[in-house]
Amino acid sequence: MARLFATRPFVIRRFAARAFAPRQFAARRLVPFALVLLFLAWTSNAHAAQKPVDADCLACHGDATMTDGASHSIAVDGQKFSQSTHGSLECTSCHADIKTYPHPDKIAPVDCKTCHADQASSVSGSVHASASDHPCTSCHGVAHYIFPKDDPRSNVYPLNVPKTCGTCHGSPDLAKKHGLPNVYPLYMDSIHGFALSKEGLLVAANCQSCHGSHNILSRTNPQSMTYKSNIPKTCGTCHAKIEADYEQGVHGKAVAGGNLNAPVCSDCHTAHAILQPTESAFRMQSTPICGNCHKDKFSTYRDTFHSQLGSLGGYVETARCWDCHGAHDVRPASDPASPVNKANLVATCGRCHAGANLSFVQYQPHANARDRKLSPGLYYVRLFMNLLLASTLTFFLIHTILWLIRSRYSQVKNKSANGGKNA
Amino acid sequence: MPDPQRTEPITEAAAPAPGASRYFVRFTREQRYMHAVLFTTFLGLAATGLPMRFSESFWARKFAAGVGGFGAILFFHKLCAVVLSIAFLIHVKEVFQRGLLRREKGIFWGPTSMVGNWKDVKDLLGHMRWFLGLGAKPQFERYAYWEKFDYWAVFWGMIVIGFSGYAMWFAPFFAHFLPGWALNAVLVIHSDEGLLAILFIFSIHFVNTHLRPDTFPMDMVIFTGVESEEEFQHKRPLEYQRMMKEGKTESRLGIAPPLWLLNFSKVVGTIAVFIGLTLLVLTLTAYFH
Repeated sequence: MARLFATRPFVIRRFAARAFAPRQFAARRLVPFALVLLFLAWTSNAHAAQKPVDADCLACHGDATMTDGASHSIAVDGQKFSQSTHGSLECTSCHADIKTYPHPDKIAPVDCKTCHADQASSVSGSVHASASDHPCTSCHGVAHYIFPKDDPRSNVYPLNVPKTCGTCHGSPDLAKKHGLPNVYPLYMDSIHGFALSKEGLLVAANCQSCHGSHNILSRTNPQSMTYKSNIPKTCGTCHAKIEADYEQGVHGKAVAGGNLNAPVCSDCHTAHAILQPTESAFRMQSTPICGNCHKDKFSTYRDTFHSQLGSLGGYVETARCWDCHGAHDVRPASDPASPVNKANLVATCGRCHAGANLSFVQYQPHANARDRKLSPGLYYVRLFMNLLLASTLTFFLIHTILWLIRSRYSQVKNKSANGGKNA
Repeated sequence: MPDPQRTEPITEAAAPAPGASRYFVRFTREQRYMHAVLFTTFLGLAATGLPMRFSESFWARKFAAGVGGFGAILFFHKLCAVVLSIAFLIHVKEVFQRGLLRREKGIFWGPTSMVGNWKDVKDLLGHMRWFLGLGAKPQFERYAYWEKFDYWAVFWGMIVIGFSGYAMWFAPFFAHFLPGWALNAVLVIHSDEGLLAILFIFSIHFVNTHLRPDTFPMDMVIFTGVESEEEFQHKRPLEYQRMMKEGKTESRLGIAPPLWLLNFSKVVGTIAVFIGLTLLVLTLTAYFH
């Protein structure tokens, strides 16, 4: 009987729509119509008094062209829905206000919170709290076709996460509106983005590996995974050994001690545009980052051959800060474990300079030729060279200028052109 | 020179007209080649050295990116350095062979020597007086004081820049007999002395030797080896008179430079001067930035 009824859905719909159209509606005409409807319902469906089942819904909504009054599609692909993570549920599990069939024109929006209360409460405390700006579907995709996060069809499948977040966070307009960097292109060009998009590594860090998913907080919030002092732990989720090394170094200890001026992972590696550290671009960009705090050391480094070589590019092997001082567990030179401890210098320098010996490592990578007390020999050499340069050039500059004037004067006076044919 | 025995009319366009000047040899072929090697490698060393010295200037990075980065720059710098070092050693060998083994006169002293003497001091002071209109122009011998200065500046520069350069190239080896701070000092020495050489050659030497009114736009004698009798007499009257007195005129006679050599020399010389002046401007912009 239900099947028979399902073959004539539009007739019923048009009939019902006309019957309940407000302008023609009159209370006294309702009674016979209602009686007829009740009769029809009773005779056609054994469960007429109960909720409609999925087949009833799909009878109408299964038509791919079906739209509501505002021309939005209200069609549902029953086949696809049944494969989705909610496929075992009935339509009315979510559309709980639909109790009768046919249902009223206006139905309540589905509230995911009914089942997903934990996630909903996480989101409501996050940067994405506004339900109208960030409905669940903005990340999880079309409501009827939500798949589990380990299903490649899911919008939150690891390999799809950057694209999903990038829908908003790859838009320059949105970035401008919220004062956020346009991170999507930076991420996609990073080593994480490359591993994910080119190699398809499921373990490669995607957006939510570092930011969380429902509970994303601003990096200014001390609870946030990306709050400065939490970053080593966040990165350490995957880079466990480096986190352990970092905690042993001066920077890690300073951050743990509450000094937020000390660098964490992202200060050197950046947050989104993370490069392979052996890459030329990374080696070129990172020395000035250390120089942000270690200004005097950066300045004296720039006087040396290491820097002069290094800043030209194309030859990335020249020593940068971390080649000598270590990268993650930077220690003071007094620490026997530091590569720049006196006892370790021959080995450290010898990594590049084959044949480095005790005399060779007397070289001062941060010598200051302007400091007489610190490097007297160098100071006087520089003084001598500067005097030699200045005096020679000054003398000959004056000599040449006078000569030029005198030569020209005597040429004009003697009305001669050249002194010779220059042959 | 017009040949008094010649009876046939001169037909070659390039041949000197009757009554045209005689030409005298100033530099031998070997000396001209030596200068060619010297200025070619010097330009190469300057062009590759300056980007390293001013590695943070925009043109240094552009240049480095254009030629394949620092690796390429250092390779060419070392290549030019080795060629120039060999040329220098050949020159030193020549000087000692001629002066000590063959006992040739005028190598270490006398009017034809490169070694400075009392006359050079007097010439310098006299020249300065002449600049200011306080005296007559001094009469110069084979090598004037500023030419001797150029020579010794290069000689000293070769030793200083060469030594400090090799000390950086083979630092662990040199560390066996140099103190630690010397490894820092060699960079200061190398770059400052190099800078001095570059600034000196591309401003003082260019003007003194090529661009001053008496020789403008270029003194071709280092390319052709010969100069006309008038020029010889005008520039170095003492040497000219000595030559006449000693009766060595015939042995010093050369042939007029062929047109192709003149043109070739002009092109090469102009390119060298142009590269030099470009590097000078870049150096000055980086230095005063």
